[in-house]
Amino acid sequence: MSEPLLVVDDLHVTFQIHGGRAVRAVDGVSFAVRAGETVGIVGESGSGKSVTALAILGLLPSRGVTTSGSILLNGQQLLGASEHDMQDVRGRRAAMVFQDPMTSLNPVLTVGRQLTETITRHLGVKRDAARDRAAELLDRVGIPEPRQRLKNYPHQLSGGMRQRVMIAIALASDPALIIADEPTTALDVTIQAQVLELLREVVRESNTALVMITHDLGVIAGICESVNVMYSGRIVESNERHHLFASPRHHYTRGLLASVPRLDGAQGRLVPIPGSPSDVIAWSEGCAFAPRCPAVSDACRGQAPELTISPDDDNNGTLRCVQPAPVGMPVWSGR
Amino acid sequence: MLEVRNLQVHFPIKKGLVFDRTVGAVRAVDGVDLTIPRSTTLGLVGESGCGKSTVGKAILRLVPLTAGTVTFDNLELSALQNEELRKARRHVQMIFQDPYASLNPRQNVESIITEPIRTHQLRTGAAVHQRVNELLDSVGLPRGAASRYPHEFSGGQRQRIGIARALAAEPDLIIADEPVSALDVSIQAQVINLLADLQEQLGLTYLLISHDLAVVRHISDTVAVMYLGAIVETAPAEALYTNPRHPYTLALLSAVPVPDPVVEDSRHRMVLQGDLPSPSNPPSGCRFHTRCVYAQSRCEQDRPVLRELAPGHQVACHFAEEIAVSISATRGGDVVL
Repeated sequence: MSEPLLVVDDLHVTFQIHGGRAVRAVDGVSFAVRAGETVGIVGESGSGKSVTALAILGLLPSRGVTTSGSILLNGQQLLGASEHDMQDVRGRRAAMVFQDPMTSLNPVLTVGRQLTETITRHLGVKRDAARDRAAELLDRVGIPEPRQRLKNYPHQLSGGMRQRVMIAIALASDPALIIADEPTTALDVTIQAQVLELLREVVRESNTALVMITHDLGVIAGICESVNVMYSGRIVESNERHHLFASPRHHYTRGLLASVPRLDGAQGRLVPIPGSPSDVIAWSEGCAFAPRCPAVSDACRGQAPELTISPDDDNNGTLRCVQPAPVGMPVWSGR
Repeated sequence: MLEVRNLQVHFPIKKGLVFDRTVGAVRAVDGVDLTIPRSTTLGLVGESGCGKSTVGKAILRLVPLTAGTVTFDNLELSALQNEELRKARRHVQMIFQDPYASLNPRQNVESIITEPIRTHQLRTGAAVHQRVNELLDSVGLPRGAASRYPHEFSGGQRQRIGIARALAAEPDLIIADEPVSALDVSIQAQVINLLADLQEQLGLTYLLISHDLAVVRHISDTVAVMYLGAIVETAPAEALYTNPRHPYTLALLSAVPVPDPVVEDSRHRMVLQGDLPSPSNPPSGCRFHTRCVYAQSRCEQDRPVLRELAPGHQVACHFAEEIAVSISATRGGDVVL
């Protein structure tokens, strides 16, 4: 297997809130992505998944934020790199697709202007050539009549079209890594299906590495090869997707799966996770999920569980739980 | 029982600086029929812009009706005016999508919940306070919550406050417009279960408006699918999901991601081309023909009407039978996944 393109190792992000208290948004996250691979990060609001993405591309504010650990892109250390270097990385070698295409596109510039800006900036080509390339890109992401569309402003496009434009901008300089933060959450299901298909195609054709950040387990199941489940700033379980869904072992992963209604109606009454994501204890005092965990015991409190290779299991999954569910127990017995 | 007949809501498009000229209309709802028997749930699904929320608002008369009638328990809501309308609204309450925007941040929970009780004079004196406690119990909030303010609660708890406020008026029908889509996955299940329990205890009738087909299947008895202001298919929930007959329903169902990699790898995807056309200038004939893979020339001229294919299963498609035959020939029995 090839060398990983992106290696995140022991990433910590701490926000210093005005008034003294520090919040550990990301607390020792490690994962790696290879070219042509799609890795998912799934979690609920406040789990730290978006902060992880912002940290990788150096998009966190510098005041009141402390980061530590290591982020290697093709061997180059991104954490602590100068703004000048990061600008070169962003757009040319790594790109990001955000959730809401209305707020991440500039409303007073045409789509063409925003695309050509990226192209001239990073590829160093002339205006006319950049325009041709922009039309090519819009065509590639499936926008009909690309030449006309270049003259449109973002408000003249539908939500799905805007997200395609965002993806076109991300693809402008043929980046090796794309980070997509909830790219389809604001879209309707039929448009979501189109955008996911497009992302799959990009990964297949350009051998791009894709980090997919979402709360939607269905999206994860369809597009990611391996999945990291985050809770309260830490990865609690990670595995290849077939293993993860067939044999989820962390009680949080299991709880998430049990609380989603299924389209095929395979389950009866939903089993919600009690409490809310804000009912956590600090990792230093034990497992952060302990207050909501159905299998909690005394062993869960006192010290934080380590992320280890899943016990009793022959695949390469990792797990942060002292009393995991047994191997091979799917949440649903199938349809 | 709620009966909606030929409901139309058109919003005028105005132009002109000095004199308003009406230059067209957005046909948000264009001829919708719905029947919800007492103590059952109808799920109204569709994508953004299809008019599903406008149907909910029109039933409560929160938007003016262009045409059509709404009858609830022999009371014609669409004919009422002023004081009569205000009184009738007690029987129909609404739960909104965004629990952050639908509660007044300056009112404490007790005040939020007592407002409908006082407005409709359902309790007086000490009985009001007792009723608030009852309502807090029934939605699973601690009694101490009464003196607190909305910002002190999480999204799921706020949605419970919104539900308690709706229940305070002792309604028969609840219109829930995307009640769980703003909530975290693990919290959605709590609210869905609460809605199901309340229906069982109080015999409530629900109109559930949602874009989430999995949630709708989970709690609906009947499901209606809307596209561009009209219903294209309606059926008992089980029949709609196991045997969808309209090509739009098929496309919607095939687009919903299922949290199971085995299913995801093997499903037949029917990816629709393009976007929803504008409701101010809807396509001629069948409104879905511009995106339908089965469209034929007839679809461009004739607008199909709902017709019954099986008991309770109505479809607005000229070629529903032919499509079903061609699908079962190519895919075998499993239509959805």
